[in-house]
Amino acid sequence: MSILADRETGVLIQGITGREAATFTLESLRYGTRIVAGVTPGKGGQQVHGVPVFDTVAAALRGRPCTATIISVPAPFVRDAAWEALASGLRLLVIVTERIPRGDVAAILERAREQGARVIGPNSLGIISPGQARVGMCGGAVEAIRKAYTVGPVGVMSRSGGMMTEISSLLTQAGIGQSTCVSVGGDPLVGSTFLDLLPLYEADPATKALVLFCEPGGSMEETLAQALKERHSRLHVVAFVAGHFTDRNQGVRFGHAGAIVEGTQGSPAGKVAALIGAGVVVAEKLSQIPHLLRMGL
Amino acid sequence: MYIPMKVIEAEGKALLKGEGIPVPDGAVVGSAEEGAAVAAALGRPVAVKVQIPAGRRMKSGGVRFANTPQETSEAVGALLGAIIHDFRVEHVLVEEKLDIAAELFLAATYDPVRRTPVLLATRQGGIEVEAAAKVAPYPFSTLAPVPAHWGRQIAEELSFGGEELLRLGSLITSMARLFVEWDALLLELNPLALETDGSWKAADVHLELDDDAAFRQGNLLRQLPLSARMADRRTDFEREAARIDSADHRGVAGRLIPFPGDLGLLIGGGGASLTIMDALLNAGLKPANYCEIGGNPSVWKVQELTKLILRQPRVRKLAVIMNVVSNTRVDLVARGVIKGVLESGREPEEAIPAFRIPGSWEEEGQAILRHYHVRSFGRETSIDQVVDAMRCPF
Repeated sequence: MSILADRETGVLIQGITGREAATFTLESLRYGTRIVAGVTPGKGGQQVHGVPVFDTVAAALRGRPCTATIISVPAPFVRDAAWEALASGLRLLVIVTERIPRGDVAAILERAREQGARVIGPNSLGIISPGQARVGMCGGAVEAIRKAYTVGPVGVMSRSGGMMTEISSLLTQAGIGQSTCVSVGGDPLVGSTFLDLLPLYEADPATKALVLFCEPGGSMEETLAQALKERHSRLHVVAFVAGHFTDRNQGVRFGHAGAIVEGTQGSPAGKVAALIGAGVVVAEKLSQIPHLLRMGL
Repeated sequence: MYIPMKVIEAEGKALLKGEGIPVPDGAVVGSAEEGAAVAAALGRPVAVKVQIPAGRRMKSGGVRFANTPQETSEAVGALLGAIIHDFRVEHVLVEEKLDIAAELFLAATYDPVRRTPVLLATRQGGIEVEAAAKVAPYPFSTLAPVPAHWGRQIAEELSFGGEELLRLGSLITSMARLFVEWDALLLELNPLALETDGSWKAADVHLELDDDAAFRQGNLLRQLPLSARMADRRTDFEREAARIDSADHRGVAGRLIPFPGDLGLLIGGGGASLTIMDALLNAGLKPANYCEIGGNPSVWKVQELTKLILRQPRVRKLAVIMNVVSNTRVDLVARGVIKGVLESGREPEEAIPAFRIPGSWEEEGQAILRHYHVRSFGRETSIDQVVDAMRCPF
């Protein structure tokens, strides 16, 4: 079992003719992902590694039903691509593009909420359910994916795509496989936070434990900790918080609104305290994670 | 690490004025004589405020008040050239001192939990506003312009009425619109002052713009030359790194930030760099720089960055550490590092205390490193274990 994506999930690739998208399309196909079509406006009729390309999402979906899309178009065009996907009724949008204006991200997420669709990212390397499907570009080429990711009971959620592969590789080396790994995206505003995804993992019988990779800024860790405090979760949760050195290197804050919205949240030390207070096991060193997981499995 | 562009107060006020939001009369000056002339023209007591992209100017002595042109001249003279929050003061704003009947705190920013912009409003304005009781946020949409009644409603909830309510309501509606139109990350009026004659004026403004939206904000950015100049605080080292990065589109060097130590670093990606810095500092090692290498950099880019880092006077060694990489070719990075070290007149074996990049083409990369007897590590050695190994050389 898995969450979000499995071998049955039909996937569309928006921006499929781009160099990076064409590469991850090929490697995802080799891994077993069911990629049904690609979209690049103006390039309809072409093929990318055997995948048919269409000018619009609506045309791509005609006779090729699917629920998920990977958006890999240049930052100025992401908002429109996401709105097009939502207008065509797609349920899962994985946005890999980085450096999208924050106003565009807010506008995408607002419309996705209206439609009840889920967004992963932006600035996400994607989702992988080992042995079943990769929706995105995490792990690289198929041989590298198989080296790093294996099937097992641990869900991984990471604010860094690279560290998701690092941690999964660490688990794999220790003989611990993964159910589904989600690169939630490195931006201040993301479609799905740790807390948004927690119920999905809780409902997945294959997942017994979770590993979180946390970074400075935002309040994703604190809101998860608050929720874990208020209700029991059946999952054993291990977290690693990176970037403690930034606590010692803060500039003078400009304006007061950030402090009002985030309060004391955002600092790595505060995140560690909140997570520990909620019963999460916090690893001081990356290499301790497999051992700390085993204690709860 | 993402750094938004902070707009200097005077340029922020000019933008507000252009949109019909009243601000105090005044002008930016660069000398005591100019300051006196502005004060004389205003013909009333003035505020003299340093123009730097940092907050807490009042507390750090960057704001003074003067009653006469002579006093203004003295205040301007005392502030110009001063160092405040690491900024050298080159410009000060001389503007009319307001007769304030009431103060408001108004700000628009993004709420990462709601994932919408919010407007924050409270009558407890001033410099300690975040310590005040909880401020109710008013979320607004980026999909459609906020309606005029939305602003009036907030003004009413702040207990204003009559003309004051109408003016404040329209000002709040404008703020929400401008926040979206300008691609701002923060638009804060603190305080928004109600003058004794019943008019509202933005006594101070903090505006931060989204660098990722710069591609569509050319007109706005052209009106902010002073802010653009002050926002760029990079050292020569950072500038040179950025030049190397932009000279070749393959891979990214991230931002190279100098640190006071002696250990040069080529590290990445983003999350791994944070992890590696923590591990190094915990182990008592002294990094000379931070960076976030990513993507698939060319041999040339890695070689030039290696030479640049080794050229820094304090730097003695260069550690190369990345997470298990997906798209970076290990052999290209290895070749670039070795070439850079050799061209710097150093022996790779001695100059590189650790090389750890697991991923594609790792066997080829390892072969290159073995040839030069560089101590290299694979995925079986985790990041903190590599750092531990660097503490004990053998």
